[in-house]
Amino acid sequence: MVIEVHNLNFSFGSGVLTQPVLKDIDLVIHKGEIVIMTGPSGSGKTTLLTIIGGLRQASSGSVVVLGEQLVNSTERTKVNIRRQTGYIFQQHNLLNSLTALQNVCMTLEMQHDLTETERSYRAQEMLTAVGLKERVDYLPEALSGGQRQRVSIARALVGQPKIVLADEPTASLDRQSGHEAVEILKQLAKVSDTAILLVTHDYRILDIADRVIELEDGMVKTA
Amino acid sequence: MSVVNVWLFPARLAWRQLVHDRPKMIAAISGVLFACVLVFMQLGFKDALYASAASMPLKFDGDLFLIHRQSEAMWRPAQFERSELIRALGHPAVAEVIPLYLSLATFKAMDSNVKRTLMVFGYDPDTDLLNIDAIKSMRYALRVKDTVMFDEFSRPEFGPVGELLKSGRNRTEVNDYKITILGVFQLGISFAADGNIVTSDQNFLRIFPNRDIGYIDVGAIRLHPGTAIEPVKAELKTLLNDFVKIYTYEEMLEHERLYWENAAPIGFIFNFGTVMGLIVGMVIVYQILFTEITNYRFEFATLKAMGYQHQYFVRMVFASALILALLGFVPGFVLSNGLYYLAESQIFIPMPMTLEKIITVFVFILFMCATAGLLAIHRLKSANPADMF
Repeated sequence: MVIEVHNLNFSFGSGVLTQPVLKDIDLVIHKGEIVIMTGPSGSGKTTLLTIIGGLRQASSGSVVVLGEQLVNSTERTKVNIRRQTGYIFQQHNLLNSLTALQNVCMTLEMQHDLTETERSYRAQEMLTAVGLKERVDYLPEALSGGQRQRVSIARALVGQPKIVLADEPTASLDRQSGHEAVEILKQLAKVSDTAILLVTHDYRILDIADRVIELEDGMVKTA
Repeated sequence: MSVVNVWLFPARLAWRQLVHDRPKMIAAISGVLFACVLVFMQLGFKDALYASAASMPLKFDGDLFLIHRQSEAMWRPAQFERSELIRALGHPAVAEVIPLYLSLATFKAMDSNVKRTLMVFGYDPDTDLLNIDAIKSMRYALRVKDTVMFDEFSRPEFGPVGELLKSGRNRTEVNDYKITILGVFQLGISFAADGNIVTSDQNFLRIFPNRDIGYIDVGAIRLHPGTAIEPVKAELKTLLNDFVKIYTYEEMLEHERLYWENAAPIGFIFNFGTVMGLIVGMVIVYQILFTEITNYRFEFATLKAMGYQHQYFVRMVFASALILALLGFVPGFVLSNGLYYLAESQIFIPMPMTLEKIITVFVFILFMCATAGLLAIHRLKSANPADMF
């Protein structure tokens, strides 16, 4: 098990304005598993994802990721989890001033034991794996939407994370490039036995999942 | 390796982001350059002022000097009795005393006939009070009635005196009194006087008929060779009246310098200009860093979500500030160097570019950019990944 969520409750605001977003969430994701989480907007999908990714602090229940308790955790624990997690955003969220290769290297620059050559080599390998061998020195603005998202997949995977969290990765892509992107993601994850939790509205990509869970009004809907 | 990377990586990202947005980088560099030039010029003018203010007594050849205690600076002296100076001769260590008469007077330019104020030095040429060879060699000629020597470092508005002398013209008026210029010497001008002429004490009293030979502006004292100056100074102090101050050569220079630094508001003006230049530069750099962070906050939030910590971005902002400081300082220095040269050759103000000045300005600019960075850091808090995704 890489992700284990029990009785997670989360709400925005305080006092009379308290707005519960997640209610009694239970969720377990195993190593190498691909889970798609769907549900209408406002159902709390992204909030759950940001809590699991160590971006948001939850205060009740239990969220254990890679053996670390994230509820009421320190900043240090959360940063530690962020570094072992690949995050793919709705927009590609690449750094506009960096080339595709430099963007991918940003993940590796947090590991200070690698040399410049090793970083460059691994980033190049990863970009080749997502089919962008010819585009390594392009700036994001010179790439198409699908290519940018593939760079961002390379960036998420190059650090060999145990978990990939993806928030609507196909939302800004057309059907074909969206499908290509998740297909690449799935293949690479299977090779390295990486678990994927993918939030999406996009029913066209449900077929890549091992399991689909649906969230509604902050609760997991049992199928 | 790791310690280097802690600074190298954020600095490299800072550099890449700066280079990516050229117009903004050029704007920021211009801001630093502007501050740099402004500070260089203010410091240059200030030092030039002090240097040239002190240049008036620079060539005085004496061990001790008397001035009236009411004299603020030498260009505006209060007179005192010559007998006060003569009394110093009573001390056994004193070899010689030299009365010096000083006054500002108008000098009529020989070519344009325009009148302009300069400083007139009057002393017995046999005493060689000014240690300038050109004057010493004319000591006999200067005894002749109505003769003067002209400082060729005077401002050009006084006319090309040197050339006119060669072509045979040497008559003009000082204080509406006809004189003959015997030759030129080199002393240098100050902020108080645009030019200098030297004449004998007798001629001085002819040029200024309302001056009394018994009242002098500065009294120079020479001691027998090998005498310790300080004890004699202390003994003379008890011997002389309280209304005169007695200075060594160095104290005399210091007195002149301190006048411009404190009594006159000029020192304050230049310091104020320096501070204003730094503040303007700081605001520009701050604005650039602030908008930079605002524009990139989405990217910073992304990096935070990947595991980058706050300290990384703090280092990045400081690295940006440092890069801008360096990139602005280099052209700023080159430009200032040119302006210094221009000031020396065109307006005849001594403005040397010293290593000390270069280091001072560089430290100022670094400090300015670091402060701007420090102020911009609070903007980083806006890059919170949980609020953005």
